[in-house]
Amino acid sequence: MSPLAICLLISCGLFGVGLAGALCRGNAILVLLGIELMLNAANLNFVAFWRFGPSPSTATGVVFVLFGIAVAAAEAAVGLALVIALYRHQRSVRLAEAVRLRG
Amino acid sequence: MIPVLAAIAVLLLGAAAVAMARRNLIHSALWLVLAWGGVAAFYLWAGAEFLAFAQVLVYVGAVSMVVLFAVLLTRPRPGAGEAPAAAGPGRAIAGLAVGALVAAVIARAVLATPFSPAAEAAPALTTRRLGVELMGAHAGALLVAGVILTVALLGAVVLAAPESGPGRDDPA
Repeated sequence: MSPLAICLLISCGLFGVGLAGALCRGNAILVLLGIELMLNAANLNFVAFWRFGPSPSTATGVVFVLFGIAVAAAEAAVGLALVIALYRHQRSVRLAEAVRLRG
Repeated sequence: MIPVLAAIAVLLLGAAAVAMARRNLIHSALWLVLAWGGVAAFYLWAGAEFLAFAQVLVYVGAVSMVVLFAVLLTRPRPGAGEAPAAAGPGRAIAGLAVGALVAAVIARAVLATPFSPAAEAAPALTTRRLGVELMGAHAGALLVAGVILTVALLGAVVLAAPESGPGRDDPA
């Protein structure tokens, strides 16, 4: 098996773990962390194709991952602010109890 | 080379799985720090040192701190007692099944794809070259990323700030 395929399988496993966590857990913070894991899995794919791809001369993969990390950081900040706002309204971060749109 | 990758994979996937399975949120956050460190180790293994340091700075350093703050700020009320268990094991089983199914489909697609043989030498990408690329060909995208970060931080402050005003009192 080529190293590229092994890297892609690792990333696929990380994506599965993140997806299962985001779907199983009822806590908003853990759902957000599952989404972060899935974003990290996508970044692993970019690095794997940059390192083992057929034309490794450019920096495109690394630049793509850098922007991915920046966007994921922004997403984490906004998501956790939403979690705190949710907690202020209903004193709980359980998603099953977040059934009202009006505060 | 491959044994190192296997060790990194075990660390990465094991820490992520334990983090998603723990009941204690703080334990989850700390295990996730380990998983993100594993991702940084993968970047180092692949020869992308700059990305590894960016991953350590952004995830292991910053995002984990923000997550820990959020966990500590949103503790359940002491009077509320133990939160009721999630809606039975059905939801957990369904989530696990969906995750495993998606992972299996992707893995099958990866295994069925004939990849062209890899280049033997790692691509030589110095940090200087990366900086030139970022400020040259990708300068516009860099500016947009800066704007996105600024707007996201302003939005986070606005969202998390307490709503003051005459019409609102604390719902607690």
